Amino acid sequence: MDWDIISESVPAIFSALPTTLGLVGSSLLIGFILAVLVALGALQKAWFINRPANLFVYIFRSSPLLIQIFLIYYGSGQFRQELTAVGLWHLFREPWFCAVLALSLNTAAYTAEIIRGGIKSVPLDLLEAGAAIGMKKSQIFRRITFPLAIRQSLPAYGNEVILMVKSSSLASTITIMDVTGVYKEIASEYFSPLEPLLIAGSIYLLINFIATQIIAYFERRLAI
Amino acid sequence: MKHLIKTGALAAAFSMGIMSAQADNVIRLATEGAYPPWNAVNSAGQLEGFEIELADELCARAKVECSLQQTAWDGIIPSLQQGKFDVIIAGMSITDKRKKKITFSRAYASSPAFFVVSDDSPLKDFSTEVDSLALGDMDDKEQAALMALKKALDGKTVGVQKGTIHLNFLKEYLKDEIDIRTYATQEQLDLDLQAGRVDVALAAMSYWHKLLSKEEGKNLLTVGPGVTEGPFGEGVGLGFRKKDQALADQFSVAIDSMVADGTLSAMAQKWFGFDAAAK
Amino acid sequence: MDATILSWGDSGWGDEFFFATLMTLAVASCSFLLGLVIAIAAAAMKLSKRRSLTFFANVYTTVVRGIPELLVIYLIFYGSSALLMSIANSFFGIDDYIELPVFVMGVICIGLSSGAYSTEVIRGAVQAVPVGTIEAAKAIGMPTFSRFRRILAPQAIRFALPGLGNVWQLTLKETSLISVIGLTEIVRIAQMGAGSEKKPFLFFITGLILFLVLASLSDKGYKFLEAKAEKGVRVN
Repeated sequence: MDWDIISESVPAIFSALPTTLGLVGSSLLIGFILAVLVALGALQKAWFINRPANLFVYIFRSSPLLIQIFLIYYGSGQFRQELTAVGLWHLFREPWFCAVLALSLNTAAYTAEIIRGGIKSVPLDLLEAGAAIGMKKSQIFRRITFPLAIRQSLPAYGNEVILMVKSSSLASTITIMDVTGVYKEIASEYFSPLEPLLIAGSIYLLINFIATQIIAYFERRLAI
Repeated sequence: MKHLIKTGALAAAFSMGIMSAQADNVIRLATEGAYPPWNAVNSAGQLEGFEIELADELCARAKVECSLQQTAWDGIIPSLQQGKFDVIIAGMSITDKRKKKITFSRAYASSPAFFVVSDDSPLKDFSTEVDSLALGDMDDKEQAALMALKKALDGKTVGVQKGTIHLNFLKEYLKDEIDIRTYATQEQLDLDLQAGRVDVALAAMSYWHKLLSKEEGKNLLTVGPGVTEGPFGEGVGLGFRKKDQALADQFSVAIDSMVADGTLSAMAQKWFGFDAAAK
Repeated sequence: MDATILSWGDSGWGDEFFFATLMTLAVASCSFLLGLVIAIAAAAMKLSKRRSLTFFANVYTTVVRGIPELLVIYLIFYGSSALLMSIANSFFGIDDYIELPVFVMGVICIGLSSGAYSTEVIRGAVQAVPVGTIEAAKAIGMPTFSRFRRILAPQAIRFALPGLGNVWQLTLKETSLISVIGLTEIVRIAQMGAGSEKKPFLFFITGLILFLVLASLSDKGYKFLEAKAEKGVRVN
């Protein structure tokens, strides 16, 4: 164990913490909004709405995130002209955009399944009670279905948050200098891979520990 | 390329036992096998390249029995220190940083670093008064060239392979001017250069020379001076464990003799298309 | 798009993709089995009354589930040789260089991760077995091993199957990460093809579709297994 390497890599790896948190935060936010839309789509009766929603969930849940990231990043490079023509290339040109896009779509697919499960778990008689006192459909959804579904989904969503913290490390494969990216650079710079690995691993454990506590706090608050 | 992959797949599939080093008196050399024309795997699945031919000749001249194996560039120095093999012959430049960990033979080749852009780049006409920029002891013209380089690259995104002297150079000299992107393999960098995600790519001339002469590299061109010395070190040498200084010296003498009788230059000319041999 | 790129033989990548798919399946199967072995041990430790055993099993699942698989892979890739050599040196006095083949390293990495998820599944399944059935077996004097084989295991396996199905899908996808240490599975071949043919979209979409096919086949497979395990169970 080389303590010099450890003491030099601590500040460097910690300086990448905002990048990792930024990736996770923005992907979770965008992914959650998408997930609600997809979950609602999947519960629609019209086939032209529920089929695409289910297909989206199937594709992103059944293939590895790594290949999704490569497909979006390197794959889009093959369509540079076309993307420039529709004015999207300046977005796809940026690794950060591609990483957040891939992570958001991926978490949206998993979260949509979680939310759909939550919505289905809401007891029918509650909805009927809402209708009986004259609530409109949108009111029933906003005041009864959605809050209950969220509470029901929270433990599963907590797992998804932890998976996202871990998944964000794959952004390092498309040049993003997150915690894992900086770890890789330090490892090759000092020709000594194990010491900085301890630091990087501890950072992820710490983030996940805090995330677990936050989710647990919300679970307690929302408990009946 | 395709056959190289097959070899890799076979090697991975059939090497299931625990591999252990062989014994006694055979000097084990290791190369990457993925850095043409220095070292690569040909369509018959065999190692070939400048350094493969060089290895044979050096072992003959040093009168030692040698074996040659393939190893990943990533982690090549830790593997040498752990004793996976005894000598690195993999286009490795002699730098002060690496010298802290291992020892080197004298240099047998050197290949200046060049910036490459695509032909629709605003930088495509960039050039400096000097063709060659040696960072060691710069004269006025070289100082001016470095300043011009800094100015030209200001605000650009420059791609470079991880764990290389080229990355070290960018960090040391151009950190404030440019945005550095690092890649695990040179091929990924090539994809992003073609896609326009990086404005400029930096690598050794020995690599560019081959790519730029092929169909997929015909829209690429080198700009500015070839850069040497400083972080690029004293050229490319063989790497040894520090305790094996005597072996390193033995190989240095063999390199000396190849330089003296011109075989090294001829060999470099054959593989690189230009004389990249050490003098 | 040039279809010959994906053809069989020396000019195309069809055969490479085929063998890469077999490699993916081989890594996934071995990792999943290794994971099951680890999981049975870890679940038993978690359910045991010895505090120290519970503690170790908890450390294992927390750490492995809390840090990115990519880092676990780097740890095994860089650390396994040093560890093996120091063991060989201190116990057997062997001073040679020892290295695990990439395949074995891959299976260990993915197996560790798969095992952490399977542990929770198995623990939950064992806890879900009604205590009454075990007590009844005790009451009629069934010996411990028979109790395990005839009462506990069949019920626990049935409860664990859906969860293990999910772990299998997860394991299948995680094998993709082994590409970073050079094992020639699907993603690795896709990367190599994308690099050398300069057609990244074609190669990565092919890889993605191969994974979708594997996932669908697995889905059919464990639906069949579940149906088999449900045989003789009263459905209300």
